[in-house]
Amino acid sequence: MTAAASTATGAVVSERGRLRLSGVSKVFGRGDAQVLALYGVDLDIAPGEFVAVVGGSGCGKSTMLSLAAGLEQPTTGTVTANGGVALMFQESTLLPWLTAAQNVELALRLRGVGKDERRQRARELLAKVRLGRHVDQRPHELSGGMRQRVALARVLAQESAIVLMDEPLGALDAMTRDQMHDLIESVWQEAGFTVVFVTHNVREAVRLADRSILMGSRPGRVIHAQPNTLPRPRRLDSNLLVEMAADLTRRLKEEVAVHDDADYFTI
Amino acid sequence: MTTPTTSLSEMPAADEVAEAPARPSRGSAWARGPIPILLAVVIVLAGWQIVVWSGWRPDYLLPGPVTVFAELGQIVAQPEFWQALGRTLVRAVAGFGLAVLTGTAIGLAAARSRTLRAAIGSLVTGLQTMPSVVWFPLAILLLGLGESAIMFVVVLGAAPSVANGVLSGVDQVPPAYFRLGRVLGAEGWRLYRYIVIPAALPSYVGGLNQGWAFAWRSLMAGELLVVIPGAVALGNRLAFAQEFGDAAGLLAYMLVILAVGMLADAGFSAVATRIRQRRGLAVR
Repeated sequence: MTAAASTATGAVVSERGRLRLSGVSKVFGRGDAQVLALYGVDLDIAPGEFVAVVGGSGCGKSTMLSLAAGLEQPTTGTVTANGGVALMFQESTLLPWLTAAQNVELALRLRGVGKDERRQRARELLAKVRLGRHVDQRPHELSGGMRQRVALARVLAQESAIVLMDEPLGALDAMTRDQMHDLIESVWQEAGFTVVFVTHNVREAVRLADRSILMGSRPGRVIHAQPNTLPRPRRLDSNLLVEMAADLTRRLKEEVAVHDDADYFTI
Repeated sequence: MTTPTTSLSEMPAADEVAEAPARPSRGSAWARGPIPILLAVVIVLAGWQIVVWSGWRPDYLLPGPVTVFAELGQIVAQPEFWQALGRTLVRAVAGFGLAVLTGTAIGLAAARSRTLRAAIGSLVTGLQTMPSVVWFPLAILLLGLGESAIMFVVVLGAAPSVANGVLSGVDQVPPAYFRLGRVLGAEGWRLYRYIVIPAALPSYVGGLNQGWAFAWRSLMAGELLVVIPGAVALGNRLAFAQEFGDAAGLLAYMLVILAVGMLADAGFSAVATRIRQRRGLAVR
């Protein structure tokens, strides 16, 4: 099947869930203070695909997500995201004055879902992320992992075809991370949305993604793509996974050897 | 040379150091109870009584607490007192309410527009530094000796604080919330309705509290200056008591004015604490 169907007029129409960046560059600042954050990024992510983006600090990962989410406009090139975009941040940006259920309900409310329906739907979504007993608790009463699960439920409430995750597990401990991998994988498999998952943890990328994309810095660009057809569910300590992660790490170290942040990656 | 033995003996023993952290918690539990308030009342009353006993001023000019509280008891038994208190409170609530509306509107408008903010920001700060009593001569000249002159000054005194509360509240909203709002599809007014205003609420309540304090001061100043025939208020009673040389009555009315101010402040504090607790910013 072709990536996109051409209409009679020749315009390219992409299907729901496809995210495409063509020749995307992004410059921040003006004059002498100009910074080239991204240069010539071409990415075509298929509907339902799980793509991990790995790279060191300053490689433009977050900039790329902002562009994909429409929060920033590219300096050159085009970004096409079809079917709505949801974004999950590193720190769960749950609103502290709302309970877990109300945080999820807000996403539904802003989509115009009626009162009774959104109340019921929020409870269903929180049950799905295994927080059924914590619906009425406020963010400060929840652990970091639980907060990210509420954030995941809120992302699900948006029912977007594309979900962007900006190091969503960066602040969590290894055990909680592991559980989150299973959870994210299962909700993704069930809902079938497209995922772009930014991380600096190479094993996490290989654990989750259909394709891992390596980004180099100065300027931020795509340097390598590693397809991953290992069967799911994958174990973090399986030999094949560790080998693939080692390969990615080697490539990243080569790329960033010229920079000082080579130690930044975790295997 | 300093003797090392002395400095050693001055050092606290290990068990004293270990015990030290317990002290603040004991102290804070004590400090949160009603005892400090009672202590404050006792100190004020004792000081007052001592000054009276010292004979610095004759009793008819500076009566003691017992005389004043007896007078207060008589005053609160009169319907005229309740009419005056009612009139003052109606003015306070109306003036403060009007100040909240204008202050909030100005604050929100200034928060949303960079240009307006630059222009209004300094104006608001300037207005805040100006004692509101200064407005009375102009207000009386423009609006006459009446309710509108008082309202004018009360609103002018309180609105800048309210606007400031809105502005600093919006300033303190984390940038991540704006990004979140855009990702969730909250644009324009809905961004403010669901995210910015609730996030700015603690600072807004602080602004309201300060605004109330300014409104109350302006109102008392107004009631001392502006007498409307047939509409006697708390401040007027204070002025009459001074004119008639009724020191006990004067002090009794002062106590009433103090009590109203403290009650309102306690109300605002309770609301602020409740908001902070709900957000996990304060201990229960």
